[in-house]
Amino acid sequence: MYKIVERRDLAPNIFLMKVLAPRVAKSAQPGQFIIIRMDEKGERIPLTICDYNREEGTVSIVVQALGASTQKMANYQAGDYFEDFVGPLGVPSDFIKEDLTELKKKKIVFIAGGVGVAPVYPQAKWMHDQGIDVDIIIGARTKELLILEEQMSQVGNLYLATDDGTYGYHGRVTDVLRDLVENQGKKYDRAIAIGPMIMMKFVCILTKELKIPTIVSLNPIMVDGTGMCGACRVTVGGKTKFACVDGPEFDGHLVDFDEAIQRQAQYKKEEHQHEHQHHHHQGKCHIRGEY
Amino acid sequence: MDRFTRVPISEQDPKIRATNFKEVCLGYTEEEAMAEAKRCLQCKKPQCRGNCPVSINIPGFIKEIAEGNFVKAAQVLAEYTALPAVCGRVCPQELQCEKTCILGKKGDPIAIGKLERFAADWAREHGVEVGTTKERNGIKVAVVGAGPAGITCAGDLAKEGYDVTVFEALHEPGGVLVYGIPEFRLPDAVVQHEVENLKKLGVKIETDVIIGRTITIDELLEEEGFEAVFLGSGAGLPKFMGIPGENLNGVFSANEFLTRNNLMKAFKEEYDTPIKVGEKVAVVGGGNVAMDAARTALRLGAEVYIVYRRSEEELPARKEEVHHAKEEGVRLELLTNPVEIIGDEKGWVTGMKCIRMELGEPDESGRRRPKPVPDSEFLLQVDTVIMSLGTSPNPLLSSTTEGLEVDKWKCIVADEKGQTSKEGVFAGGDAVTGAATVILAMEAGKKAAKGIYEYIQSKKQK
Ligand SMILES: Cc1cc2nc3c(=O)[nH]c(=O)nc-3n(C[C@H](O)[C@H](O)[C@H](O)COP(=O)(O)OP(=O)(O)OC[C@H]3O[C@@H](n4cnc5c(N)ncnc54)[C@H](O)[C@@H]3O)c2cc1C
Ligand SMILES: Cc1cc2nc3c(=O)[nH]c(=O)nc-3n(C[C@H](O)[C@H](O)[C@H](O)COP(=O)(O)OP(=O)(O)OC[C@H]3O[C@@H](n4cnc5c(N)ncnc54)[C@H](O)[C@@H]3O)c2cc1C
Ligand code: SF4
Ligand code: SF4
Ligand code: FES
Repeated sequence: MYKIVERRDLAPNIFLMKVLAPRVAKSAQPGQFIIIRMDEKGERIPLTICDYNREEGTVSIVVQALGASTQKMANYQAGDYFEDFVGPLGVPSDFIKEDLTELKKKKIVFIAGGVGVAPVYPQAKWMHDQGIDVDIIIGARTKELLILEEQMSQVGNLYLATDDGTYGYHGRVTDVLRDLVENQGKKYDRAIAIGPMIMMKFVCILTKELKIPTIVSLNPIMVDGTGMCGACRVTVGGKTKFACVDGPEFDGHLVDFDEAIQRQAQYKKEEHQHEHQHHHHQGKCHIRGEY
Repeated sequence: MDRFTRVPISEQDPKIRATNFKEVCLGYTEEEAMAEAKRCLQCKKPQCRGNCPVSINIPGFIKEIAEGNFVKAAQVLAEYTALPAVCGRVCPQELQCEKTCILGKKGDPIAIGKLERFAADWAREHGVEVGTTKERNGIKVAVVGAGPAGITCAGDLAKEGYDVTVFEALHEPGGVLVYGIPEFRLPDAVVQHEVENLKKLGVKIETDVIIGRTITIDELLEEEGFEAVFLGSGAGLPKFMGIPGENLNGVFSANEFLTRNNLMKAFKEEYDTPIKVGEKVAVVGGGNVAMDAARTALRLGAEVYIVYRRSEEELPARKEEVHHAKEEGVRLELLTNPVEIIGDEKGWVTGMKCIRMELGEPDESGRRRPKPVPDSEFLLQVDTVIMSLGTSPNPLLSSTTEGLEVDKWKCIVADEKGQTSKEGVFAGGDAVTGAATVILAMEAGKKAAKGIYEYIQSKKQK
């Protein structure tokens, strides 16, 4: 059993939880994820590690309540327990193994969309701790869904955008990136994009055009997260990879996003049916948020 | 009943069991077991025994059953096997002990597996405690993986007095016995009982710990004070064919399909994990795993085809499982091989293009090699494809452990006693041999326990 020691709401339907999991905290690295099973009957839910504290033995996650399982998780409070919390899973981000002096010469831009901000945070923080100055573009649908602004501003130069123009730049993250490169004379050696698959797809189309090598963090459907089931397979450079053990980070210019987006939709219908049954019981109805 | 005819065993009716997940075989009653046991000739040189990988004293435990001494029967078994209730159910007996039973020459061999299962079930149901433990010596040994190999190794070491901790990646111990083999063939309760026994011996089980990620082997040895480590991590990495369309929605590995159903209990309404089974399912492969996937899909309401490239003769699955699958309505598309999976514009499977095969010259394995019949392609209309082509060891451990030698199939290299290329690190089971059987994994776990015991003794003397 893994205790939730802190819970904070960051935005409507987006919450942060700090969970006591000393073994995971001890080994966690930027780029990795964990899997939670809330109770006996729960499914295994993959979530990116947003922060970790080795002394406290805690790991933080940021979750967007989307479907049945994440909505159920939204009801958990500080003091409650998760049945299972396993990790860290996946390969840590490549840059932590790179030569520091080389890395310091590189100009890096992070591009985060929606809850993708959460996984970007430990990476940008790692860079900041090594004395590397990075740009961070954050996009959200609307102002109130923009999360972790304060924390992010401490680890990099922020560029904010909202789809509806309620805050920051009026437009999408791709518009901001194009503007920075084409009008503001920015040059980037590398982009790291994390967010909804569709956002990563369009970022990659743009960075290909701008010739910026791009790393993405994929979030396909997973079951075990240890390489045992193949549910998480994605095509990268024409080869099948298991995102949970070969990734979750890949060269974005090699990822077959259309296939990945298609595969992500595999259990959507099922879930609707499930929800319908659910509502029947409880006699109330939720409107599903968009990613 | 004459000596050459096996006492029949009761099973759930095929039509009924095809709609539920309860165990197919209901097991012998006391009277039936005694009657079957009395058929045994109590051979002086029992042919059966030599063909059991762990050389169980077969006439010995059968004699006790014949005389109604069920506790004693269980005790005899406990001397040789930690998992009699499991092996009695899933061993390929027709290729092992029962193959060489002398009665098989003229009639039915003794139902050794069924009797083994009877004795183990009887002991469990009557709360009989078997096995004894030596005084604790405080020496710590780590076991990686809670499958049959790990469970056996941990049990044997605990009996010798060692302080054993088993680390399991998944949230439940049991390995393939809980995530792979379905309830209708091996009820969870049977496995849970064995795990409870292990805990009674003082073994600690830490689930949710992935060795190589959560903590490394070197950390176990250097920071956590373990004197030795046993790797029983199995062969869990699924293979795919590499044909076009394999990443379409509706194509699963057998591991995914079975894990959703068995470990995550997707077949039970009140569990959250979903499972997709279409109306028509093709299972590609012919081993135990394929049979289990097919019979699971059938129970979830689908029409199921097994697509296998050789003939029925060569099916590697246990005969009993093939027989049960056919009885339940699984259809066999033999001498058939998939060439492509076809999907619609949204990426969902709509069919599988197959080609007929014929058997040519024997290959290295002695089985006749299948080759395609020209111009015999046809479309099998299915909306789900389950790939069951075998598995190989997960490279996670070898890639995160300095100095652990693996062969070209990523199998961990270990000698007879389980010793690997790394000091203090032993291995056994599917992780070493590639996908094999429960009994062989158990045997490897036993041998490694002995190897570890000797290793620690010799270290103490230095
Ligand atoms: C490596 C990785 C990192 C992730 N990091 C985060 C994060 O930091 N924050 C966050 O909010 N979300 C993250 N996700 C996504 C998160 O796991 C899914 O949003 C969540 O599982 C969806 O569950 P649901 O039932 O609430 O939603 P729905 O979208 O309604 O899903 C419907 C059903 O589809 C299946 N499903 C959908 N997505 C997944 C999945 N990824 N794995 C398994 N089954 C799935 C489930 O059965 C689910 O019940 C990550 C996913 C991956 C793979
Ligand atoms: C569907 C199916 C049906 C089968 N039917 C039969 C049958 O009828 N008869 C028969 O004899 N055999 C059968 N087998 C084969 C048999 O189950 C295996 O040979 C046997 O389970 C191997 O045992 P093991 O202990 O080596 O590995 P496993 O049972 O695979 O157990 C390995 C365990 O290690 C864990 N693990 C892996 N890596 C790590 C890590 N890094 N850290 C921590 N834990 C880890 C895994 O999660 C798993 O629990 C079947 C297999 C399958 C898949
Ligand atoms: S363990 Fe297997 S091979 Fe040995 S006697 Fe039992 S069923 Fe036969
Ligand atoms: S060979 Fe057959 S008859 Fe002889 S002891 Fe073994 S089981 Fe009994
Ligand atoms: S989630 Fe099962 S192999 Fe990746």
